[in-house]
Amino acid sequence: MSYVKRFSRTERTVHWVNAAAFLLLLATGLALYIPSLEVLLGRRPLLKDIHFWTGVCWLPALAILALLGDRRGLLATARDLDRFRPSRFNVGQKVNAILTAAFAVLFTISGLLLWLGERDTRFRFASTVVLHDGLFFAAFVLFVGHLYLVLIHPATRHSLRGMTVGTVSEEWADRQYPRWVESRDAG
Amino acid sequence: MPEEEQGRRIGRGLFLATVAGGISSLAWGKAAWNAVSSTVSPAVGTLAPFLPTEGWRIYTVSGSMPGFDRATWRLEVGGLVQQKISLGYDELLALPKATQVSTFHCVTGWTVKNVHWGGVRLADIFDRVRPAPEANGLAFVSAEVPYVDFLTMKQALLHDVMLAYEMNGKPLPHEHGAPLRLVIPDMYGYKNVKWLNRIELVPQAENGYWENLGYDRDAWVGRSNGYRS
Repeated sequence: MSYVKRFSRTERTVHWVNAAAFLLLLATGLALYIPSLEVLLGRRPLLKDIHFWTGVCWLPALAILALLGDRRGLLATARDLDRFRPSRFNVGQKVNAILTAAFAVLFTISGLLLWLGERDTRFRFASTVVLHDGLFFAAFVLFVGHLYLVLIHPATRHSLRGMTVGTVSEEWADRQYPRWVESRDAG
Repeated sequence: MPEEEQGRRIGRGLFLATVAGGISSLAWGKAAWNAVSSTVSPAVGTLAPFLPTEGWRIYTVSGSMPGFDRATWRLEVGGLVQQKISLGYDELLALPKATQVSTFHCVTGWTVKNVHWGGVRLADIFDRVRPAPEANGLAFVSAEVPYVDFLTMKQALLHDVMLAYEMNGKPLPHEHGAPLRLVIPDMYGYKNVKWLNRIELVPQAENGYWENLGYDRDAWVGRSNGYRS
């Protein structure tokens, strides 16, 4: 079976650092949010510190990885995501990527406001907690859908290989992303 | 490649609209949530009963929540009083019982309506300890070290201030401060000291735990901590 390159090393590193940060934020966030977990685990100040500092480092870490890695490749990917037409990604994947990025920005802003609001009334808004919680629910729905498609759904789960080792089978790519294969062959 | 074939450039618009919509929700998010929560919360609560759909969030400031042993727990009331007292849990329950339904507001923005509380009024405690004339403040000391907060004597005697040992018809749950918490509905939650086990009558109210971190000492709902109603 022959394989084609699907994701660059930079893309994969950015993806997995983002995934690790998201999972750590999700786990500590749930422990802070769900009363029964709070009772079970305790240690709120420690969990709060881990949650806060992971959030603070999240986007800067991705920015540093992007700057140190294949910047041109990432910019080309971003330009591709901008155009809503099937290419290397289908439109659903593009919407997922764009919403995930927007949510990361909003999580960071609302999280910082929650933290600053504990220290200074000028940063305190009655709706910050509603925004932060709403983002959690929206991001969680996207995350579950993403997991289903890459781990369970038979037609799409091969894509996980692209994000781990970087390549996917040519035959699968042909079936799932004919336009990408076309443009690769043309290019 | 012609523009048409490349697909429309929608991505950055979607990104910016989502970010802008999210930021603007700082102005309307709570009102929108209040409008739909009575429908949405019960549905979510049925699907996922572990989620805080009643609106409560549990905040603690130390590494673990204080435990409660009915046999050994005591409420100490002392300081500027003529008669110090130490009440066991059953003695506390034997005091005249008051009930009320009130709304609980957290300074971070969440609110829980129609909480049924049962407990004792401070006036009934004062009858037993007889505060000294120079006692103008009360320190409410939590078993969760180092949490403490203060009220003035006048605030403590507001008609709906209560030492609550029951919530919604059941003994106060562990995470809500079992066995006893202060309830002062007109002030934000951080004044409503949980795991209460000591009350000291003092000359003046001072800064409590959160006030030392910049919160207002008089935490009136809608009229303090940067909020204006």
